[in-house]
Amino acid sequence: MTRALGAAVRRWARGVRWYLRELTGEAEYDRYRERQLHRHPLAPVPTRREYEVLRARHREAHPQGRCC
Amino acid sequence: MPETVLQPALEVPEKSRMSPRSMLLWAVVALLGAVAWGVLALARGERISAVWLVVAALGSYAIAYRFYSRFLARRVLEPDDRRATPAERLEDGVDFHPTDKRVLLGHHFAAIAGAGPLVGPVLAAQMGYLPGTLWIVAGVIFAGAVQDMVVLFLSMRRDGTSLGQMARDEIGRAGGAAALVAVFAIMIILLGVLALVVVNALAHSPWGTFSVAMTIPIALFMGFWLHRIRPGRVVETSFIGVALLLMAIVGGSWVQNSSLASAFTLSPTTLVFCLVGYGFVASVLPVWMLLAPRDYLSTFMKIGTIALLAVGVVVAAPVLRADAVSDFATSGAGPVFAGSLFPFLFITIACGALSGFHALVSSGTTPKLIRKESQVRLIGYGAMLMESFVAIMALIAAATLEPGLYYAMNAPAGLLGTTVESASHAVAGLGFTITPDQLTQAAKAVEEQSLIARSGGAPTLAVGMSEIFSGVFGGTAMKAFWYHFAIMFEALFILTTVDAGTRVGRFMLQDMLGNVWKPVGRVNWKPGIWLCSGLVVAAWGYFLHSGATDPLGGINQLFPLFGIANQLLAAIALTVCTTVLVKSGKLRWAWVTGVPLAWVVAITFTAGWQKIFSADPRVGFFAQRFRYADGIDAGRVLAPARTPADMHTVVTNSTVDGVLIALFLLLVAVVIVNAGIVCVRAVRAPGRLPTTEAPYVESRLDVPERAGEGLVGVRP
Repeated sequence: MTRALGAAVRRWARGVRWYLRELTGEAEYDRYRERQLHRHPLAPVPTRREYEVLRARHREAHPQGRCC
Repeated sequence: MPETVLQPALEVPEKSRMSPRSMLLWAVVALLGAVAWGVLALARGERISAVWLVVAALGSYAIAYRFYSRFLARRVLEPDDRRATPAERLEDGVDFHPTDKRVLLGHHFAAIAGAGPLVGPVLAAQMGYLPGTLWIVAGVIFAGAVQDMVVLFLSMRRDGTSLGQMARDEIGRAGGAAALVAVFAIMIILLGVLALVVVNALAHSPWGTFSVAMTIPIALFMGFWLHRIRPGRVVETSFIGVALLLMAIVGGSWVQNSSLASAFTLSPTTLVFCLVGYGFVASVLPVWMLLAPRDYLSTFMKIGTIALLAVGVVVAAPVLRADAVSDFATSGAGPVFAGSLFPFLFITIACGALSGFHALVSSGTTPKLIRKESQVRLIGYGAMLMESFVAIMALIAAATLEPGLYYAMNAPAGLLGTTVESASHAVAGLGFTITPDQLTQAAKAVEEQSLIARSGGAPTLAVGMSEIFSGVFGGTAMKAFWYHFAIMFEALFILTTVDAGTRVGRFMLQDMLGNVWKPVGRVNWKPGIWLCSGLVVAAWGYFLHSGATDPLGGINQLFPLFGIANQLLAAIALTVCTTVLVKSGKLRWAWVTGVPLAWVVAITFTAGWQKIFSADPRVGFFAQRFRYADGIDAGRVLAPARTPADMHTVVTNSTVDGVLIALFLLLVAVVIVNAGIVCVRAVRAPGRLPTTEAPYVESRLDVPERAGEGLVGVRP
């Protein structure tokens, strides 16, 4: 009973974590890394720090409007 | 592959009948909704619980989503999950990326919902809670959500082109240019009015000003943390940010009672300059420093607070104290905004029922992220239903207030005076009662110096929310905290919109001016950036300043302008939708967007006409102008103006507002007439007129019958 409950809580927490990471774009780097590894297997993959710089530069040029 | 070959395979095996179980379920939902509407309709004189409003709205949303949005998808738009979306075809890992539908729903909701659905319904509560509720629910089902869903679908079929571009491609150059100018002008008005809401909420409130000011260092800290120390760890940073934010709200109470209080007690005019300066700095700083972290903070607070409010409303089940339909609905002499129910209720409540601004979000970012075409139903229609529910909760928060307090907070300062006695007297003149003592007590309960003439919607909502929340969490002792919590999160939403809007406006301006003088259009030429940012900030700053200093009450004067502007944008969006439906041979279904278009044209043009030509100086801008101009000529000072300078301010403001409305109506009329010509041509044409829909490409994502087949030469 407690074990089943624990498993349910863990599953739920994993789900919430997944959702928040996806919503905020934190998971973007993992996807980017995978993509780079597939497409350019021999090229070094930019680090997380480098990727964030690229992402910030991209956001700079593509402002997203917020509604009222 | 030619499309015709695929036709037979496209027949979706459809279940023509619902299972008995789901029939029973939907019958129960329909019954619950109907009972709730019945209770609302039949309650006369006695006070009823707000839970009935919630049940009526949720029941209607469920039915509308299940049946109407399904009809829209199946018969009108015909999304095809075998067709690759732009996210799949053009996948680049940056702009285009097939996103999980639940995540995209969150993204889209965070982008469309903000302070708008919280402000309009509060102001519209002067006509009673029933007209507002009916319009919010019916408006979203038949107009607002339809607009969002159709625009999202059309933009998705065009690789995520913007509304302005779609207008140019599908309607023509004149219509396209008019749409572009209208979008820019409307955005400026929107930013000015939203900023005015913040100014009215923070004026003379050291607690509020301190906690909102603290969001800037918090966002900067988050920015540096994310950029330098823990790159990309957004979730943990956001949690730290939210914790700091709550501390800032608690700290505000301490600041208010310390010697620092005077430093944070600012007049409206000072706040205007602070906001304008902030807007300029925020739009030229790198995004990672201020804009991006503030956006994360705002998203977290948005989802958290709205969930909290929903729980609060259901658990506390407050009683609605406002009239179902007030006398101001028919007389048109309401102090919060002038004019009769038709058309001004539909202008005042824009976001939550029908908001043209959403068309800008639905065309642009979101369509580039959709994984499967059929998901436009959940993301377009569903997210808008959620926003509508936020509007219903705001209406509930306002309608649970004692009407006397509501009018003491929302009538213009010129009418109410500055003391509790004068306000009490003025409210009695409106036909409601509140004693000076009750007013003092109400302000004291939320630890504000005064609640008199705090128009703009935010303080009213905050008082309503503090009543509801303190009934569930923390009791009366927490009232002041909840009040300032509500003020803070509304200001946070609005400042995020102002940041992002100024930046979007700057890009639009650079784009437009770049056609005249090349260097301005270059996105990395610093003087061009500064010039265009400065121009955008100055433009909305002008409206903000004129609103904050208007003797007649800035919200009273400017909110109709904002509503008309927003609804006119919806008219443009619905015109584009209808034109594309007609052009793609779906004349039969064109009423789906055509009827809401006719409605929104009727309300905006009636409202615009009255604002320009009405002989009643409370409604018509020019009648107002002549009244005050005559006063100046006669050497008199007409109340609520106090000085001859006030008189000149009124004359200038009403002239500018009147001319602007005329300009907006003209621009939208150009778009509609141009679209009408295109539609007639399309109907008469022997074949179909060309549209700009991207060609069909077969999808390789989640196609059931291809699972496990393994595509040669393509990595999974």
